[in-house]
This record gives sequence, structure tokens and C-alpha cells, in this order.
Amino acid sequence: MQKHLTLGLILLASTAHASTTLLNVSYDPTREFYQEFNQAFAKHWKKQTGQDLTFNQSHAGSGAQARAVIDGLEADVVTLALSYDIDSIAEKAKLLPENWQSRLAYNSSPYTSTIVFLVRKGNPKNIKDWDDLVKPNVQVITPNPKTSGGARWNFLAAWGFALKKYKTEDKAKDFVTRLFKNVPVLDSGARGSTTTFVERGIGDVLLAWENEALLATRELGEGKFQIVAPSLSILAEPPVTWVDKNVQKHGTEKVAKAYLNYLYSQEGQEIAAKNYYRPRSKNILAKYEKQFPKVKLFTLQSVFGNWQSAQKKFFNDGGLFDQIYQK
Amino acid sequence: MLQVLKPSRGHILPGYRLTLFYTLFYLLLIVLIPLGGLFVKTASLSWTAFWEVILTPRVLASFRVTFGSALVSALINVVFGLVTAWVLVRYSFPFKRPLDSLIDFPFALPTAVAGITLTSLLAPSGWVGQHLEPLGIKAAYSPLGIVLALTFIGLPFVVRSVQPVLEAVGKEVEEAAESLGASRGQVFLRVILPEILPALLTGFTLAFARTVGEYGSVIFISGNMPMKTEIVPLLIVGKLEQFDYTAATALAVVMLVVSFVLLLLSNHLQSLANRRLGTS
Repeated sequence: MQKHLTLGLILLASTAHASTTLLNVSYDPTREFYQEFNQAFAKHWKKQTGQDLTFNQSHAGSGAQARAVIDGLEADVVTLALSYDIDSIAEKAKLLPENWQSRLAYNSSPYTSTIVFLVRKGNPKNIKDWDDLVKPNVQVITPNPKTSGGARWNFLAAWGFALKKYKTEDKAKDFVTRLFKNVPVLDSGARGSTTTFVERGIGDVLLAWENEALLATRELGEGKFQIVAPSLSILAEPPVTWVDKNVQKHGTEKVAKAYLNYLYSQEGQEIAAKNYYRPRSKNILAKYEKQFPKVKLFTLQSVFGNWQSAQKKFFNDGGLFDQIYQK
Repeated sequence: MLQVLKPSRGHILPGYRLTLFYTLFYLLLIVLIPLGGLFVKTASLSWTAFWEVILTPRVLASFRVTFGSALVSALINVVFGLVTAWVLVRYSFPFKRPLDSLIDFPFALPTAVAGITLTSLLAPSGWVGQHLEPLGIKAAYSPLGIVLALTFIGLPFVVRSVQPVLEAVGKEVEEAAESLGASRGQVFLRVILPEILPALLTGFTLAFARTVGEYGSVIFISGNMPMKTEIVPLLIVGKLEQFDYTAATALAVVMLVVSFVLLLLSNHLQSLANRRLGTS
């Protein structure tokens, strides 16, 4: 926490001087992606305007990042895991209008992801779909939805599946309750859960961001793990936007907008796909089709309305997640 | 031995007013303002709302976990910290100096590093954990794991409190007691223990107060299961993730008050210890 704060202060100090510095406040797993994208955009911007651009990147948990911006970290753009976090910036700090999500195409989510299963080599417990996760001898690893944005996507994906298959809310509740009874460890963040599953050898299946799962299968020893795509999962839409008050103050409005729009360009989409995010562009998706497992996806809006109501119903104090553990 | 200094005109310390002013200012800036902010934030909750935050089963369970494991680990450290201090003071052996410095290691190490290291050791796949697993002992991801992490963090507090006092007791006292016919047990119980007891209690409260607030080492090893191994600091982080600042500060205030009471107690004990040494 303190580290992030100091980092933020350093970034803050440096943005105050050069107007062509852009601060992108993001969440943990986008580090590699934005490093690559920033370079590409700087080149593109230089060619277009002749202006040099410097980027500052800040990464931490999505909620913690939103709090930093609310408390005064002067982000030019925010690229977070949940629109709930950006909503909070709009609501609590009034740094951007509440309709921010309609300002860019595709709900302001230039790339998407989903929730998949990571299992050990050979899939010893023969896990094929969500139903296998509630069997009594299966251990499921997921982070804590109270502290992790990724874990909230996991929870909603499981809920959406159960609701579709078993029709009633009560049965869906019963389903996720049984699922969470199979969870031996609740880490506070997505990376922590990956470590628990991969390094400590705990659990039979990890619920993970698709991009994290792909990264794990490639970086942590090929052949040790494999991805299982469930029959149905959630379309995770990590949103991006510029922070109006801050870009006006820094005089970076134009470049911040161009930066985010460039995420939708052919090059931006390709870099996203290379970093295991699902691109919105049809032809780039076609090009990288093989790396993404085939999953039927539902949107958060179609089942839960919006993040505000989902957060309230499931994850706030006394919500469904608390009820699972208080019985 | 102790000379009573009579305050003459003015004060003993040169620049008394200046230093006092500086001390108060510094305390205000570094300690009182941040802590005051905590109370101000909590004050926006009504009493009923405050108790509603504190008295939910999940929060109460986490208070039990936090205070319970801190208490157990502090008690463990009292016993083994005393033995460690005893060995370091009374015996000489090879590598005593490096071993003595090693005691401070938990002070210096980032607690998250301690937590990650302990977890990888004690997890069922770890060096130690794989031998505990067949015995049916679950070390990582259980209350035992929390106690072990807190014991690691708390050790130096007991050792460093007891060590100087034990040094001051001196071997002569023991020898005198023995020459008067006291047994080893009597010497320890009636001569040494009364001398070091206040220091031991101080070490206990310090270790307890420190480990109650521990976050970094515990979140990795505890498994963070609600109602079972969830600690209060984790709940605070959870509240912050919901942007529920006031509820988070309410929990923080409870922790703060408890820690403050403990530290008051510790200070009191310390002064007791000093008085004892002064008069002996």
C-alpha cells in the first residue's frame, strides 16, 4: 500500500512538469500489455504530431487503484478491471461524468476476457464444466471476491451458469454455496491464487482470467497445466476511460482520448490479442482465434443489470457471498 | 546508586522549552493527526451503526482469530524467548554473535517475505509441510499457520526485552542464593523470575500488540477463510474494496483502542521493571 502511495507521489510529481506525460492507472495483469501498447502509441503519436510522449504506468489491485485516484492520484486515463471501480471514481470524486461508459465503443471496453478453468496436466479429476466443480472431492482455487475484482467475475460466471441451468435463484445460490465449500484457500488477489495453485500445488482447478490462464500455461512450464473451457462463462469487459478533471488540468485531453481510441485500432487490437486479451476487432480475432478456447459467453448486463446492483446483491456486507460463509 | 537530582532554577536539560515544543509538535504531526483522522472518520457513524459493523458474526470471528492467535503466539514467545535470552546471556558458544544478531531478523524482514517463505515451507508441497501432511497436521492455511507466522514476527520483542534485564541480574546474586542453600529451582523462581518478570510481561505485551495488527505475513499463510482464518486487517481491506471507508475505520478504531490499552499496560510494566532494578 505504502509502496503504491510513494510510487503515486513520484508519478504525480513527474506529471506536473511535462504536459506530454500520460499517467495510466491500471490493474495488475495488464502490465505487460500496456508496456507494449505504450511504445506503439508513442511511435504513432510522434508520427502524427511530432510530439514526444512519456508514459507512467501504475499497477495494483483494481479497487486499490480506484481509491488512489479518488484520493488524489492524478491519473489521465484509468484502465481497470470492473466498471464498478470507475463508477466509484465518478460518484465519489466527481472527476468524470457518470455516463462515462457510453463515451467509447463497446461499453468503453476495447478488449475483453473471460473466466476459464486451469487444471493440472492430464486433467486428473476430469473437470469439464462448472458442474464438476461442486463435486465433493474437487478442490477449487479462487481469490476472495471481497478483495479481488477477478474473483467477482469468477463468482458471477458461476452464478450465471447455475441460473441458466437450474433456473431459480435459490438453486443458483445452492450451487455457488457448494462451489465455495470446495474452496480451501481464498487469496486476496488473482496473482496470489495463481501462486497457490501453481507453486504450492493446492487444489484441482483454478478459476482464472483467461489471459492469466494463458500466461500461466505458457510461462510457468508448458505442458504442466491445461485450460478447460466451460460450456458457459461470462464476458468480462475491463473498461477504460479518461479522467476529465485531470486531463483538463494537465492539458492532456486530446492525447488521452487519442490514446484510448488507439486501443481500438488494428495495431492496438493486435497487441491486446498478443497479450491474450480477446480483441473486439473481428479480423484480428479471426487471426488469433486458435489461442482462445471456444466458450459461450453471456454479458453481465444480461443477467445482473449492472455492476452497481451486482456489487450490492452479492459482494457488499450481508450480501450473498457473506451469507454463504455465515451459515 | 541512583542520585536524586533536585531541580534547581530552570530545568535540567538545556533548551527545555524548545525541545518540549519540538516533541509535542512532532508527536502531533506524526501520531496524533493521523490517529485523530481515524476517529473523525469513524465519528460519521452513529453508535448503532458502529456496533452493527463490529457485531456481525464474521467480524466477531475475525476478532477471535486475530486476538486468539496473537495471544497464543505471544505466550509461545514468552517461553521460548526467555530460553533464548537466557542462553544468549549466560553461555558462550561458537557463533554466539551472529546468532544474537539473527534474533532481530524478523524486525528487518518485510513481513510479506516472511509470510511467503513460511507458506512455501509449510504448504503440503513444501519442505516441512510434506512431512507434516502424513501426520495429519495442516500447517499452512489453518489457524496453526497464523500462529506460526505471528510467532516468527513476535520473537525479538520478548528476547530484546528480557536480555538486558537478565544481564543486569548478574551471576553473583545466583551464587549468593546457592551458597545459602537454595536449589536451582528455588533460585530461578525466587531470585531470577521476580527480577525479570516485568520485562517478560513487557515483551509479551509488545509482541501481542505488534502481532494483532500484522497483515503482510498472515494473508499468505492463513488461507483467509471467512469465519475460520480471516484476520481483522483483511476485513478492513475488504471494506475498503467496497469503498466503505467508515466501516473500515470503525474496525481500525477498535484495533487501535485495544492496541493502545495494551501499550499503556506495557509502559506501566516497564516503569515497574525500572523501579525494581533501581531499588535492588
